[in-house]
Amino acid sequence: MATKLPAVFALIDCNSFYASCERVFRPDLAKVPIVVLSNNDGCVIARSYDAKPHIKMGEPYFQIKDRLEALGIVAFSSNYALYGDMSERVMSLIESQLPAVEVYSIDECFADLTGITDPCEVGRQLRSKIVQCTGIPVGVGIAPTKTLAKLANYTAKRLQARTGGVVNLCGERERSWVLRNTPVAEVWGVGRRMTLHLQGMGIMTAMDLASAEPWMLRKKFSVVMEKTARELAGTSCLELDEPDPLKQEICCSRMFGKRLTAMAPIKEAVATYMMRASEKLRAQRSYCRKVRVSIRTGMFNPDEAKYANGVVVTLPYPTDDVRLLTKAAVDAVELVFRPGFKYSKAEVLLLDLRQPGEFTDDLFAINQPAEASRVMAVLDEINGRWGRGTLRAASVPSHPEWAMRRDLMSQSYTTRLDQLWRVG
Amino acid sequence: MGFSLLGPLAEGSVRLPLCTFKIPAGFPSPATDHMEQPISLDEVLSLRAPHVYLVTIDGDSMQGVGIFSGDLAVVDRSIEAADGDVVVALLNNEPICKRLCIRGKRVVLCSENPKYPDHHVLEGDDLSIWGVITYSVRSHGH
Repeated sequence: MATKLPAVFALIDCNSFYASCERVFRPDLAKVPIVVLSNNDGCVIARSYDAKPHIKMGEPYFQIKDRLEALGIVAFSSNYALYGDMSERVMSLIESQLPAVEVYSIDECFADLTGITDPCEVGRQLRSKIVQCTGIPVGVGIAPTKTLAKLANYTAKRLQARTGGVVNLCGERERSWVLRNTPVAEVWGVGRRMTLHLQGMGIMTAMDLASAEPWMLRKKFSVVMEKTARELAGTSCLELDEPDPLKQEICCSRMFGKRLTAMAPIKEAVATYMMRASEKLRAQRSYCRKVRVSIRTGMFNPDEAKYANGVVVTLPYPTDDVRLLTKAAVDAVELVFRPGFKYSKAEVLLLDLRQPGEFTDDLFAINQPAEASRVMAVLDEINGRWGRGTLRAASVPSHPEWAMRRDLMSQSYTTRLDQLWRVG
Repeated sequence: MGFSLLGPLAEGSVRLPLCTFKIPAGFPSPATDHMEQPISLDEVLSLRAPHVYLVTIDGDSMQGVGIFSGDLAVVDRSIEAADGDVVVALLNNEPICKRLCIRGKRVVLCSENPKYPDHHVLEGDDLSIWGVITYSVRSHGH
């Protein structure tokens, strides 16, 4: 009988991913600190290393504008077209080098390195390949469990100069050093409130958590915390997850660039979000039976009246036809809209998704007509070839007055022919 | 006698290629055995590879090798640049398209247009190679 090899996981994580993406096409900013702002240029959601000591996460842009300028920090609106494309490049390079990969978020993935003779060398090669092919620096953490691999990665970043960006915690000595020198708050899955609770019990470091009684953790917290502790102690409890199954819900929600008080522009926005949501629906070849539309005012400004409401609409039959979906969504706005409020956001949610053939229809049920499916196919092909929004519902304006504020956006260097990087 | 109602068959995940040629009722087409994939420029230029980027050329300093202002250039970042390659270089953080010439220990960025002098890279210069140009694409007006 073959003996089972001990599990080895790697966590590969891009350093300050959004800021790094901006720097690939702005070499003049290689040594200039960068922050990236949330949708609508609201607050800071990402910082380069050299910006971290000066700016906190979540700081509102309008409050720090002058400070950024004084410190010479450059701000960008979030450019998800660029970040998404660069992420795909990084992930496909990793997938081309390693047999099993779980993409965990836009800037990190787990990989299975079980049975590889020199995982550190593999990590170093991967690191230099990714930085050469994309310009994005990454850190690699290697360990016998996913939770330890996260911790190894955190250590690789913290001690960048000493580790060269690759840390292996498969050895007992390294593992115990890192566990003793990492506060429990930095452990994967331990939130702020749990940290306080753990500290109250005298569990201050990752080592304290690793050596706590598992049954006690299960009783006081949950089975998740027990698994975390077991993983820190070196017993693998979490497997590499399979790639995402089809989404069960599809959402498109955005803040408006300014407060809206009338119904007409809100209808336009909802039609626009539905255009996008139905594209996602057809991309995964699903139909939807229900649509939820919700609108709300700002929630944090004490001087504004607050209101939020949503409604679920059931469609006559499961469909992916944007015309039917848009009509349902726009009608729904009439049901939830109340005059006299300043609205800041709308959301469109597609629910009750099914694959074709999954729903049994009785003899008299109406189905989506075949012509509608053909029209949708043509719509997607046209927009695929000439760019999103080329062909759209008449209720979707091309340059809406309520569009998201993205005044500091860089170009879509990798996804738009008219915005490519210009080289002299 | 019992019976069970079978629901409609769910669509499987295996997608079969669609054969676009017609099957004639009379004689089989002699070309059937010789069908090939259609030509794809994406494949020729490796445009979908994670290490390949498209850039726009802005300037006429490389027109001697047929790269004109406004042309698209395909840049491969996985290739180690060698003497004689046309590259995208970062010279003091400025992205430029030049021919890389390595003369002993000296590095020269050569233009392909007599209007522009070659740039001898000096001690104070900051040079890195962003990628190697593998193809360029130009539109001829239609």
